[in-house]
Amino acid sequence: MSHHHVNTLSRRTFISASLAVSGALMFDIRITNAASKANSINAFISISDDNKITILSKNPEIGQGIQTSLPMILAEELDVEWAHVQIEQAPLNPSVFGRQHAGGSNSTPENYTALRKAGASARAMIIAAAATQWNVPADECTTDKGYVIHANSKKRASYGSLAALAAQQKAPDPAKVSLKDPKNFTILGQKIRGYDVEKIVRGEPIFAIDVTLPHMRYAVFEKCPVFGGTLETVNSDDIKKLPDVTDVIIVKASETNPKGDFQGLKDGVAIVAKSWWAAQQAREKLAITWNEGPFAHHSSEDYARQAQELSTQNPTTFVRRDGDATTALTSAATTVEAHYSYPLMSHIGLEPQNCTAHFKDGKINLWAPAQNPDVGQKLVAELLGIPLENVTVTMVRGGGGFGRRLQSDFMVEAAWIAKHVNAPVKLLWSRQDDMQHDFYRPAGFHYLKAGLDKDGTLTALRDHFVTFGVKHKVANSANMEEAEFPAQLVPNLEFGQSMIEFGIPTGPMRAPRSNALGFVFQSFLDEVAHKAGKDPLDFALTLLGERRTLTSGDKPNALRDFNTGRMRDVLETVAKMSSWSTRHELPKRTAKGLAYYFSHFGYFAEVVQVSIATNGSINIDQVWVAGDIGAQIVNMSGAEHQLKGAVLDGLGQALGQAITIKNGRVVQSNFDEVQPLRINQAPPIDYVFLKTNNAVTGLGEPALPPILPALCNAIFAATGQRIRSLPINTADLKA
Amino acid sequence: MSLKLNINGTTKTINAHPDTPLLWVLRDELNLKGTKFGCGAGLCGACTVHIDGVATRACQTPISTVQKAHITTIEAISKHPIGQKVQHVWIENDVPQCGYCQSGQIMSATALLSKNPHPTDHDIDEAMSGNVCRCGTYPRIRASIHAVADNI
Repeated sequence: MSHHHVNTLSRRTFISASLAVSGALMFDIRITNAASKANSINAFISISDDNKITILSKNPEIGQGIQTSLPMILAEELDVEWAHVQIEQAPLNPSVFGRQHAGGSNSTPENYTALRKAGASARAMIIAAAATQWNVPADECTTDKGYVIHANSKKRASYGSLAALAAQQKAPDPAKVSLKDPKNFTILGQKIRGYDVEKIVRGEPIFAIDVTLPHMRYAVFEKCPVFGGTLETVNSDDIKKLPDVTDVIIVKASETNPKGDFQGLKDGVAIVAKSWWAAQQAREKLAITWNEGPFAHHSSEDYARQAQELSTQNPTTFVRRDGDATTALTSAATTVEAHYSYPLMSHIGLEPQNCTAHFKDGKINLWAPAQNPDVGQKLVAELLGIPLENVTVTMVRGGGGFGRRLQSDFMVEAAWIAKHVNAPVKLLWSRQDDMQHDFYRPAGFHYLKAGLDKDGTLTALRDHFVTFGVKHKVANSANMEEAEFPAQLVPNLEFGQSMIEFGIPTGPMRAPRSNALGFVFQSFLDEVAHKAGKDPLDFALTLLGERRTLTSGDKPNALRDFNTGRMRDVLETVAKMSSWSTRHELPKRTAKGLAYYFSHFGYFAEVVQVSIATNGSINIDQVWVAGDIGAQIVNMSGAEHQLKGAVLDGLGQALGQAITIKNGRVVQSNFDEVQPLRINQAPPIDYVFLKTNNAVTGLGEPALPPILPALCNAIFAATGQRIRSLPINTADLKA
Repeated sequence: MSLKLNINGTTKTINAHPDTPLLWVLRDELNLKGTKFGCGAGLCGACTVHIDGVATRACQTPISTVQKAHITTIEAISKHPIGQKVQHVWIENDVPQCGYCQSGQIMSATALLSKNPHPTDHDIDEAMSGNVCRCGTYPRIRASIHAVADNI
């Protein structure tokens, strides 16, 4: 591991020309890797004389497969054999590589076209080298899997033999680079295995938690269990005397983090030892007095009581108001009213938060499983009061992300501890730390009312959303957007909002907002369809109406704007796949449920079939998924992984995951109390991707939101019990 | 304090308190990083190793209790005839997503197939439900165990 990092750190960057700019990516930048003696064609691609093709993967890998899929895009246009490609993690340098992050299913849409151009540009430079060498026109040369060919003179040369000369060519204007016709793709759309799979299967030390440096020490960091609590006293002298403990560091956040930024340093005690186990054992001997601060009386029960109270008042603000919901609800032929809620949730990635840091001579190196490494770099520079260029962050494979590692708190802690220790330090959280100091998926409460006309058409919809605020601003990821479905499809619609003030860190979790709002609106619309006496599929197709694009902002945005036709197509496809129309033939207490959702640029419709035992236990028999994420699936193997992973993630959330607060602290501490989905609960999943003539978009999130309501709607169809609060309580489902 | 452990066919002298969990001796004393820390409570299976061929959670195993045992970790499972087949199929089927749980999954799958070369879906549920995969690779884990069984 350490050898690999030494190579990465020894890279030097050369900026040879500035003309080649495509989007945010400047790809006419040559990076040399001294160890491999490769010829740098551009920032992403180098080729050795003996034909080794090295492609840098720019974004952090957290299990989403980006380490493999972004280089596939480059390799396709470069026109090489995938088997000849070696992948290395790019250094953190957004000025060269553009944004380097892992979030919001953004990596594919942000990079797809730019990386195609970067690959095609490198190919053009290799052709230019051949044309120069052979003294023939470049446009008479073609390529074939790592070779340049001049048919007329029957000349053929490997990329490797041309690489040194190619590296000296001027990069072409990206606007004029010609790209492959997708029908000639040989890599994109194939099932390509994850680049690190063999290393994973052999147990090689490739994760952040595995980073080991000479003379490294190990740290744990005890924080106040109540959010916002401060340290008063600690028996640090006793702790210092414990076996193998080398340092005890008292952290007072008020000095470094006066505003109480959730990502900044918090009060606590770091114990540094010769082994992690020794540090963790010493922690049990800590005697700390905390001032538990202003949130010590908070509880989930009280949040629910406050929400109920707020629901009886007018909303504080309106996210959206169309028509006149009040009048329309009064004059509606039928109304439906329901309260929905969902809990705080922890990300529970399997690798606990960790970061290895080494501070020396005013500079710091960090090795982190970060989803937002440049944010971590900035926060560390500010905390230590050193220039940004003195903070080097190496992105190391993370054992799951799910949005948790978008936050850099663990990097900040490691940096502070390392600054006070005369050695490299690995900070590792316990599972309890991880579950009790998360940036939680916010809880929420929705008070809904719908109005139908005499034909069962939805004419009015009102939601009073009671969410959470921190310092009188909506908490991170606790907001609702004005385009939330079914906005723009209901003439009289009102999204009102009120806030409960709290002090608990929240943040994005896979399919942020949508993972909760999808459950609420898709469950409620199913409820409304039943009340209208309609098949939920027919009700959905009527609501969507004719094929058109609904522009939500000031001007059209092909990625963000909702297209009703794309949603109709995934709905009709999943209905066929799942034999939706014959679902009434299923046995008693076995039934199907349907839901659909547009998020993170992807259109998904999903059907779940459940069988509910008389004791209420839920068996998920089968899931069907139809998705549309545009014209091209980058990696069929990775795409299947993301789709099925998102479905199973959502099922796990619905069946057994909630974080509750009591006395200002998180009640749950491990996987017995927050239950990850297990293999015996995982149903078979059939899926189809519709390839449509639309932008190529990402897949980390959009398959998740519909699965929760599809499950809950199936449970309703099987039992008559409507699930309006998560996680599902099977006691309510007894026959 | 020093004691001896037989790990992957080699006797190692360990200087650690006898109560130390095997997981931390493997990871931080012997630099065998393939065995992973997930929960520290025997609830996730990321630290699964073989103790005399039986799938065991290393985070719940004090080293004093395994001094006479043969301990096998992911780093040596390729020497196990079934372990090698499991690894091969895991690669062929591209099973991992993040990969963090996969050492444990492979150790549990190898133990299952060694005892029961042709497991049913129910047998797989019984043997593998202690191994959490947060990414949801269960469909490929199940298919891969059946694929290995077809090859035994």
